[in-house]
Amino acid sequence: MPDLSRETLVNAVLLLLLPAAALTALALGETFYINLVSRIAIVALAGVGLNLALGAGGLVSFGHAAFFGVGGYAAGIAAHHAFDMSLFLGLLPGTVWMPVIWMTALLSAALLALGIGAISLRTRGVYFIMITLAFAQMTYYFAISLTPYGGEDGLPIYLRNQMPGMNTNDPIQFFALVFGVLLLTLWAMSRVTGSRFGAALDMARLNDVRLASSGISPFPVRLTAFVISAMVTALAGALFADLNGFVGPSMLSWHRSGEIMVIVILGGVGRLFGPVAGAILFILLEVLLGGWTDFWQFWLGLVLLGAVLFARGGLLGLLAGRARHD
Amino acid sequence: MTETRLAISGLMKAFGALTVTQDVSLTLETGEIHALIGPNGAGKSTLIGQIAGFITPDAGRIEIAGRDMTEARPAARARAGLGRTFQVSQLAEPLSARRNVMLALQGAQGRTYRFWGAVTQDSELRDAADAALARTGVADRAGVAVSDLSHGERRRVELACALALGPKLLLLDEPLAGLGPEGSAEMVALLDTLRTEVPLLLVEHDMDAVFRLADRISVLVSGAIIASGDADTVRADPRVRDAYLGDGDA
Ligand SMILES: Nc1ncnc2c1ncn2[C@@H]1O[C@H](COP(=O)(O)OP(=O)(O)OP(=O)(O)O)[C@@H](O)[C@H]1O
Ligand SMILES: [Mg+2]
Repeated sequence: MPDLSRETLVNAVLLLLLPAAALTALALGETFYINLVSRIAIVALAGVGLNLALGAGGLVSFGHAAFFGVGGYAAGIAAHHAFDMSLFLGLLPGTVWMPVIWMTALLSAALLALGIGAISLRTRGVYFIMITLAFAQMTYYFAISLTPYGGEDGLPIYLRNQMPGMNTNDPIQFFALVFGVLLLTLWAMSRVTGSRFGAALDMARLNDVRLASSGISPFPVRLTAFVISAMVTALAGALFADLNGFVGPSMLSWHRSGEIMVIVILGGVGRLFGPVAGAILFILLEVLLGGWTDFWQFWLGLVLLGAVLFARGGLLGLLAGRARHD
Repeated sequence: MTETRLAISGLMKAFGALTVTQDVSLTLETGEIHALIGPNGAGKSTLIGQIAGFITPDAGRIEIAGRDMTEARPAARARAGLGRTFQVSQLAEPLSARRNVMLALQGAQGRTYRFWGAVTQDSELRDAADAALARTGVADRAGVAVSDLSHGERRRVELACALALGPKLLLLDEPLAGLGPEGSAEMVALLDTLRTEVPLLLVEHDMDAVFRLADRISVLVSGAIIASGDADTVRADPRVRDAYLGDGDA
């Protein structure tokens, strides 16, 4: 199977690219670039989340910023209460420990996705796109109305949240943490998509009449995938807030949903490493084109158009050939 | 002792002004092949669709294996033992024949919410799928993507999917269409052997096959069953000859 090993090779190169870039930046003493690579890894993680819904499940969610934002606010709000030793809703103390924050982010996103998914997944196609967008806009305006947490201005995270045994304030250590989370998630995702559940989800996308005729209800399969997808994106959101030391409503804006979707499409929809390729390409374009012209999004649009028209499988499709099934 | 695996009563369905199912009642007993015949557009596929749960009837009742399933979703009916094939085959084209059958097995086992073990390495699932494909005569095509299969091969894969469910009844919508004379004869022989294992409700235009296979024949015209009985009764019925078999020359 020559194509398979080629894809494995491409995946390995993509993965090694990130630590190689981070270590090079470290050697050159360029903190900015270490953080840039961390950002790539985090945005890729958000894409890995969306890719389960979009790629495996065929669910074109234009609302994943909501989950990204929920993760971000989990980190921000926890840090805020820990900083001034106040209580969340007068009940819960804050925390600076990332494992607790991540759990909170995962759980909150799961609940939100359960609600949004239960309603949105009753629709198809363009309606699904619009309704997920509408829900994300609702959470966006909700975030703006959160005056105790900065409202429109958002919430600073004065000290990056902590991980036991690490110094997360050290850029290279923070990168190692983010990269480790990305690796683990990619591995878990490859297991999930290759499992019985993954087979059912594949069929929900390919032919839901076949799925139902096999005795498997499509709706709960899709809902489960939507929830898992949201949880992964929320985890990325929590890391993103910690990277920037800030969380605000902009994390939930529809631009952000579009950006996550663009990353998945650029990289290759439904390919395990598609979001990694997409995130590298996207952030590089943003930095390169952004430094060259203020209209970089226009040029990005052209690249995206090219990807949709001429490279259906995205960057991974170009590098590693068509996706294979057995 | 036979057992009733399917009992429909008073089923009604209209698409706007067009009545496609008009007070239809029928049963399917263990050990029998019950053929449903009728001209194009008579409402046969729509009836199958209602029994399988993909189309909601306006009125009437559907019992599957002794349970009222009038309101049940298609997946619940499949789990209750209803297997079916489609007039236009419904398979996942990019996937191999085997993977399509493996999913049916997985559904029948009711073990879908397993997120970890690799499904491709599940040799039990794989062997069972290959056995089902061997029964329908496409064992050698197990690893081929459905998109590369011929029309006839797809029908056999679909039947393998239905058999993999370990069904209590099968609804087959024109299983012989597009098979060619040789394939047709093979399929007829296979259906003949299935009869003792699982009762069949068989929609088919090939009259030779119907008269060879069917224990009972029901004739559907404009959504209503106008005659029902064994082959001789149906053949002799003047209304059937008028409406369906041609102007008295059958
Ligand atoms: N969803 C629908 N909306 C409106 N009309 C429909 C719909 N589905 C089927 N029909 C009409 O209902 C009638 C019965 O269709 P059906 O497919 O059940 O016929 P059939 O007996 O299976 O015919 P054939 O032998 O050609 O397969 C046809 O006139 C068809 O055009
Ligand atoms: Mg039909």
